[in-house]
Amino acid sequence: MLKKSNFKKSRNRLEGLAPDLQTDKPCIPQELCTVCPGCKTMLFSHDLEENQGICPKCGRHFRLSARQRLELICDEDSYEPWDETLTPKDPLEFPGYGAKLKTSRLRSRENEGVLTGKALIHGSPCAVFAMDAGFMMGSMGSVVGEKITRLFERATRERLPVVGCTVSGGARMQEGIYSLMQMAKTSGAVKLHSDAGLLYITVLTDPTTGGVTASFAMEGDIILAEPGALIAFAGPRVIEQTLRQKLPKGFQTAEFLLEKGFVDAVVPRDQLKDTLGRLLRLHTQEV
Amino acid sequence: MEQTFSSFSSLGAKPRDPYTVLQNARASGRFTGLDLIRNLTTDFMELHGDRRFADDPAIVGGVGRLLGLPITVIAHEKGHDLSEKARRNFGSAHPEGYRKALRLMKQAEKFHRPVLTIVDTAGAFCGIGAEARGQGLAIAENLMEMMTLSTPVLALFIGEGGSGGALALAVADQVWMLENSVYSVISPEGCASILWKDAGKVRDACACLRMTPEDLLRLGAVERVIPESSDLEGFYAMLRQELSETFHRLLSLPSPELCQNRYGRFRKMGVFSE
Repeated sequence: MLKKSNFKKSRNRLEGLAPDLQTDKPCIPQELCTVCPGCKTMLFSHDLEENQGICPKCGRHFRLSARQRLELICDEDSYEPWDETLTPKDPLEFPGYGAKLKTSRLRSRENEGVLTGKALIHGSPCAVFAMDAGFMMGSMGSVVGEKITRLFERATRERLPVVGCTVSGGARMQEGIYSLMQMAKTSGAVKLHSDAGLLYITVLTDPTTGGVTASFAMEGDIILAEPGALIAFAGPRVIEQTLRQKLPKGFQTAEFLLEKGFVDAVVPRDQLKDTLGRLLRLHTQEV
Repeated sequence: MEQTFSSFSSLGAKPRDPYTVLQNARASGRFTGLDLIRNLTTDFMELHGDRRFADDPAIVGGVGRLLGLPITVIAHEKGHDLSEKARRNFGSAHPEGYRKALRLMKQAEKFHRPVLTIVDTAGAFCGIGAEARGQGLAIAENLMEMMTLSTPVLALFIGEGGSGGALALAVADQVWMLENSVYSVISPEGCASILWKDAGKVRDACACLRMTPEDLLRLGAVERVIPESSDLEGFYAMLRQELSETFHRLLSLPSPELCQNRYGRFRKMGVFSE
């Protein structure tokens, strides 16, 4: 009898963590194979990774880590990280936050929920950021807000366009009012970048919600979204709890937002880099 | 000029229970945005609609005079009796409410009138229509545009200050909170249900979130805490005086400096190590 667990490599990936912390379902799994939640096809993880995290059968887009995302859109070896050393604190001494940060750091192998830096996309220089769902669901606390603000400030000084990929559960509750203030802080930096006549392209990926949707995610000159991505201010669970009614199918997906006029285009992942490269070139003075 | 924490705590020397502050902020007999507008301004004329979709009764805006000075006022309005509360959606605005607010702020900028925002909301409304009309975008646009609005903005929190729905009226030069108001990234109910899977643990969540005026003053998120008094006439008179003095002072600053200060106010917020 074939069991899924037979295919699992028994390796000690993250020592000392509870088993439920070791899987993050919608991401490309680290097991040998997985079942696509879209079409229920058994997929080899290696094939999925080769295919940029797109299910070859139904086209479902699996989540990417921030590094995978940058690898996908940036020219090879062109990414130069900025402000890597910023690490979070626990200013409110919020119950359980310290431990949560620790497991997130172990699990994602990142210092925080966003990577920022400079890179080339098809030869065009730009400032880039990519958020990471593996770090506390990409939630925005002081570090995420600060890194994004610094990115926009430096991009304004160096007259660089910004390309940003968002994935976030929203503001990070555990940092209280400081998290909320990051929404205003980042929005201010985006505004100054915009007022300097510089281009900002956002790529909304699954899921982009809450305080990130209500700040820099929706502030791009051009807003792209990945197919099927959930993009919302209040997530479906919150609305269902508030209204006590089921939401229509396809509500708050990238395609729904396209129809309602809130995103410029839904771009499949295998065309993302080319699309970004083309848009960046369209905004440079060179012929 | 700024009331310091020590002078505030002399109002009530012993620390207050955050849950009590929350209950006071939500108390049903409490004044609402419109009560404040009526008592602070004269000659108030309400201006309706976002010019895009509709008029949102959860946000009231208009022009009036504050001790003679023409100002724009924008306020969340929860309503007093049940039918009015329902009509005003309990002060939880839809995107058109935030777009009306932005329209009136832009209008104030044109005539270089100071803007007073009065915040009292559990949060931006979570619903199908709100999502379909771009709640996230509406808030994001307010945050962006308010940051460089070249006229003074002061936000006064009079009750609940719920998350993005409050912030969308509070990207201001100064943020003041009444003694019995709260300001938080998430409702304590929401926090409790995420953290402990138990929405009943509101009292614990209140303490964790540091949402009282004295906590927020200490964290540097607000400039002043305004003591309340049972002598409402005296309270309104004091508030009129304080607001008017502050607006006159802010009006004397050149616009670029005003915007720079406002950016600086938010720029320094956050705690991390490097």
